[in-house]
Amino acid sequence: MTCVTKTLMSAALLLVFAITCVAASSGEKWSAEQLSELQGMSLLELDATPADPTNRVANDPLAAALGERLFFDTRLSGNGQVSCATCHDPTREFQDSIPLAKGMGDASRRTMPVAGTVRSPFLFWDGRKDSLWAQALGPLENPVEHGGTRAQYAHVVADAYAREYDELFGALPDLSDVPRVAGPVAVREAALAWGALSNAQRDDVTRVFVNIGKAIAAYERRVEFGASRFDEYVAAVTTGQSAQRLLTEDEIAGLRLFIGRANCTQCHNGPLFTSNEFHNTGVRPRPELPIDHGRLTGATAVLSDEFNCRSRWSDARERCPELEFLVAGEPTLDRAYKVPSLRNVAERAPYMDAGQFATLADVLDHYNRAPAAAVGHSELRPLRLKALELRQLEAFLRTLSGPIVVNDARGTR
Amino acid sequence: MKIRNAFAIALTVTAAIGATSCAHVMMMVHGKNVPRPAVSEFGIGPRTSATHQFTATLQPDQPLRPRRLQTVRVAITDAAGHPVDDATIQVDGGMPQHGHGLPTRPRVTRALGDGRYEIEGVRFNMGGWWEFKLAIAAPAGSDVITFNLDL
Repeated sequence: MTCVTKTLMSAALLLVFAITCVAASSGEKWSAEQLSELQGMSLLELDATPADPTNRVANDPLAAALGERLFFDTRLSGNGQVSCATCHDPTREFQDSIPLAKGMGDASRRTMPVAGTVRSPFLFWDGRKDSLWAQALGPLENPVEHGGTRAQYAHVVADAYAREYDELFGALPDLSDVPRVAGPVAVREAALAWGALSNAQRDDVTRVFVNIGKAIAAYERRVEFGASRFDEYVAAVTTGQSAQRLLTEDEIAGLRLFIGRANCTQCHNGPLFTSNEFHNTGVRPRPELPIDHGRLTGATAVLSDEFNCRSRWSDARERCPELEFLVAGEPTLDRAYKVPSLRNVAERAPYMDAGQFATLADVLDHYNRAPAAAVGHSELRPLRLKALELRQLEAFLRTLSGPIVVNDARGTR
Repeated sequence: MKIRNAFAIALTVTAAIGATSCAHVMMMVHGKNVPRPAVSEFGIGPRTSATHQFTATLQPDQPLRPRRLQTVRVAITDAAGHPVDDATIQVDGGMPQHGHGLPTRPRVTRALGDGRYEIEGVRFNMGGWWEFKLAIAAPAGSDVITFNLDL
């Protein structure tokens, strides 16, 4: 073989390699590695619903039925007009489509969706609660949300749900000497009334309050995401069927960017498109609100929460690993927020912890520019994506929309 | 002859530049320009420490997968192959190509004897190349073992 022939052959080989390299980043074909990654993002890969050892009635259908009724009951509020469903509207992805939640007053944070939260170790944007039932109790005594007290709620249960409560938790305590407004809240009258109760009375009332949360959690943990066009596409590509009409070319291009140059899967990974971790992405605080420090506050708060996994109200008999090994007190947590699921994201404008971005295009523009954080350190880096690529990414995100399903004990309802 | 030579060389050079640029771009856009170690550097062990004082093997309770809290036992021997007891082990790690550390604070919660220790609270929040580092301080000496894991 002559020198020239050898050189030409090497050149040809190198050209083939270069062309394959380019071809692999466009078009319909997925490498084995990419296909495996896509499968890892599909609902088919979802593990079985995790148990909640802190909630004895988590999987009890009776508890879920009671919890569903409580979820919609406006008597569980200071003015008789606010229920969980007021902000967590089941007809709107269990959220309210406004930047800051409005209950009895104005909250400083965006309402979070409920679907899939059974898989979140920590709840709220700052992760200050470590179970669904502990989370449900927060808004109930928050003056700008439900604005009530636990004594009031115990009375509501005694008035309207005594039989159901008795079936699940045993007889209600005697509340005849408990005022209808009493709780460890900021409102002076309520706090004084709470202080005037005996320890035993306070425990009785708190026990009913905790059980309200556990029933609501039994309902909420069944709220899950149903299959989207993206899942159908992955199923088709996996089984070798024609996937051509399931996603458009732009949507596929967006998907390639999502798992590639746009770096999204660093945080938005897995079947629910979230690692459930906390990250600072440089989203500006709202100037009219006090500075919110996100997980830096939340990690410390969950460790001392009245209703956490280690508390006397938890049914957990084993250790609490999420609390035991969490990261707290580090500057990287400042204005780090929980990674939300991107399933149905297109249905849930506005976006971020205080509804700072009105549209998905605004969100993608932010990630592309990666501005410096006002507080703390943003983990973003500029992506240098073109306008077309940003539109393709948005088109892909829209393929993640599917139904919200509420499972019953036997399966999907 | 000379033109064919020149053409062949030009073609080779162009193709080489194209192939290298593509690979380089692919590496760069995924974050830091830290090259992955060779395949032989990956795995749960046995793996030798930096100054060859210890060898360790990881024993995860379940196959290592992203997003779940796991327990990982580790078996440590010295250069003579004897189990190393009474060691203090600090756990650290992260993803060099993404510039971040571990999302939790795993630590040894039990010494199991016979040179084995139980590390709890391990979580990897995404797939990819992770470094999992054990800083071992034993009566005989101190050293660091770095495992390369592919999740």
